[in-house]
Amino acid sequence: MTELPLIGSAAVADAPLSGARIGVVTFPGTLDDRDAARAVRLAGAEAVSLWHADTELADVDAVVVPGGFSYGDYLRAGAIARFAPLMGKIVDAANSDAKLPVLGICNGFQILTESHLLPGSMVKNDHLKFICRNQVLRVENSNTAWTSDYTQGQEITVPLKNQDGQYIADEKTLDELEAEGRVVFRYVGFNPNGSRRDIAGISNAAGNVVGLMPHPEHAVEAGFGPETAGEFSVDGLGFFTSVLSQIVGGK
Amino acid sequence: MPRIVVDVMPKPEILDPQGKAIVGALPRLGFTDFTSVRQGKRFELEVEGEVTEDVLAKAREAAETLLSNPVIEDVVNVQVVEA
Repeated sequence: MTELPLIGSAAVADAPLSGARIGVVTFPGTLDDRDAARAVRLAGAEAVSLWHADTELADVDAVVVPGGFSYGDYLRAGAIARFAPLMGKIVDAANSDAKLPVLGICNGFQILTESHLLPGSMVKNDHLKFICRNQVLRVENSNTAWTSDYTQGQEITVPLKNQDGQYIADEKTLDELEAEGRVVFRYVGFNPNGSRRDIAGISNAAGNVVGLMPHPEHAVEAGFGPETAGEFSVDGLGFFTSVLSQIVGGK
Repeated sequence: MPRIVVDVMPKPEILDPQGKAIVGALPRLGFTDFTSVRQGKRFELEVEGEVTEDVLAKAREAAETLLSNPVIEDVVNVQVVEA
């Protein structure tokens, strides 16, 4: 693999062999778009920068809605971002027959629930504090567009960092999510925010839309991300290789 | 200038972590009469001219679509206030 510059354009000069184009959306206040773009490139796809005010999806094969504080989290996290012109396009494409794969991370997850692509909502952590830690998750469904490179029940470690991370939904919705295998990730060992049923991430019924509070894009290469005795977790890379496999397989 | 006031509250079945923190702080200031606090939001929408039924309906629609998230919140009041 060619060396990726730490600082520089998220776009690469030579399109990778896979030919897959994965869009990364930037809203005012987005923080993790550069890391998400880097994860996309490390997985072997081309990262395409998308701006919230764009009215076209630039022919991308998948979309990542990254974390941060879009619109300063004013009103509710994700509430204003939901109405950005590009979000309308993303919602339509995700619900279309083409089933555009969409991944929402942290604030991106909040945007996807506000957009009604995913059920439920996030409220303030039960302990009211911002929390930042390396978090163990269990992959509860390895059949989604974003988790096929994991094994069912696999435990992965990725960073978690948020203030409004408590996942809530009514009991009926939670029962449906469980019954349909749409709880994709669960917190292991410690529930960091009071989320119902230890839920860290969920999917839509078709499995092309996945959202989670923890940050896989921060655990994709050695030297960065969760470290134990000199060993770095690259557990997050599987999200991006999973969707790449699906895109390339489908072409 | 007339205003439309919209009040939004967290749903009763949802634990309100902010309200819980506030009720914990009150006794420290000697306010011991309050057993529970729930924190909501008040929006003031200013209107140019008269608030017709149509404008009020628009305000209700805005309250349901943007100002509140029906999964976690209820719109408890939409009311015209003359300045």
